[in-house]
Amino acid sequence: MISLTPMDWLQLMLHFGLLSLLGVGGAITTLPEMHRYLVDRQQWLLDEQFNVSVALAQASPGPNILFVALMGWHVGLNAGGGWLAPLGALLTLGGIMVPSSLLMYATGQWLHRHRQMRLIRAFKQGLAPTVIGLLIATGTIMASAGAATAGQWPVWLIAAVATVLVWRTRLHILWLLGAGALAGAFFLA
Amino acid sequence: MGTEASSSQAHAQPATGEPSCAAAETVAPRSVRELFVAFSWLALQGFGGVLAVAQRELVEKKRWLTREEFTQEWAVAQIMPGPNVINMAIVLGGRHFGWRGALASVAGMLTVPLLIVCSLISLYGQIDHHPAVAGALRGMAAVSAGLITATGIKLIAGLRGNVLGRLACLLLGGLCFAAMAWLRLPLVWVLLVLGAAGMGLAWRRLEP
Repeated sequence: MISLTPMDWLQLMLHFGLLSLLGVGGAITTLPEMHRYLVDRQQWLLDEQFNVSVALAQASPGPNILFVALMGWHVGLNAGGGWLAPLGALLTLGGIMVPSSLLMYATGQWLHRHRQMRLIRAFKQGLAPTVIGLLIATGTIMASAGAATAGQWPVWLIAAVATVLVWRTRLHILWLLGAGALAGAFFLA
Repeated sequence: MGTEASSSQAHAQPATGEPSCAAAETVAPRSVRELFVAFSWLALQGFGGVLAVAQRELVEKKRWLTREEFTQEWAVAQIMPGPNVINMAIVLGGRHFGWRGALASVAGMLTVPLLIVCSLISLYGQIDHHPAVAGALRGMAAVSAGLITATGIKLIAGLRGNVLGRLACLLLGGLCFAAMAWLRLPLVWVLLVLGAAGMGLAWRRLEP
């Protein structure tokens, strides 16, 4: 059990607000810093709770950024539970979302107003192939991370079949996820 | 939320101003409510990341963006701080309905998934020791990996009108893949170096 003063809660939110603007390439890149702050320095969170927050957010529907809310939830639980858990979740999620969202909104509107500018057209078109390479690399990295923990060929096979089906058919993604869950329950357990 | 916006401007021009035959096929979201519902539905289908679903819903089903536009908006969303799908929602919502559109899109993306994930965390203690559950989660993660790869493959078609030309696109995309998946270099540096190279080349090829 830990106890947090109102100042501590404010600090929690502000710290995530700071990380919000540093998370280029997704908040996941600031994960080591979150660990340093929450687990090592403030000791508001146990190692295990930190890991569960990340894993569970990945396994549940919605943007992965929700792992930040789960960290806040756990801080609230450790501080006494009850309404403190949702409070923690809202503070950390709000902290990580608001600054980057305001910046993106302003930038997005500006880019759209000046979309005919040569610099902006060069920026968007010049980056496009790199972003596509990044996507394919991300899928490959995710599959190889899964293969490392859960047996080599079944993971690669499931990922490859899913790739072909999404690419070539209009099969609904929820069917694919259901089939993946079923296959995993039998072959990856 | 849910009021019809008076200034629902038609999405007449592609974001780049490039002549693109596909741009005429896009439509604009009709209301703030439609944005909220679409992004909620999109987020609920996204396990282990929302990007693959976003491409399907926004480009193939809703036709709010062409493949080409999707890739380019994605590039912006990726390079800015913040979660990339959320950034994408802000850009799209903001373009059509200003701050109300951006807010509706982000709220749609987060509200229901947040409720679900907080319920799951309360249940988690009871199920985490069951091996079949762990296996199912791994199977879903493998499918998510495939979804993202396939999305990347599908977006290649959107490069057809790119000023960089086929060879430079292939080179930049291939180098990015090798740097990330094989050499495991930090994302920031890869984006910075290859992005700058692509941007410089595109700048030279675009008419002033």
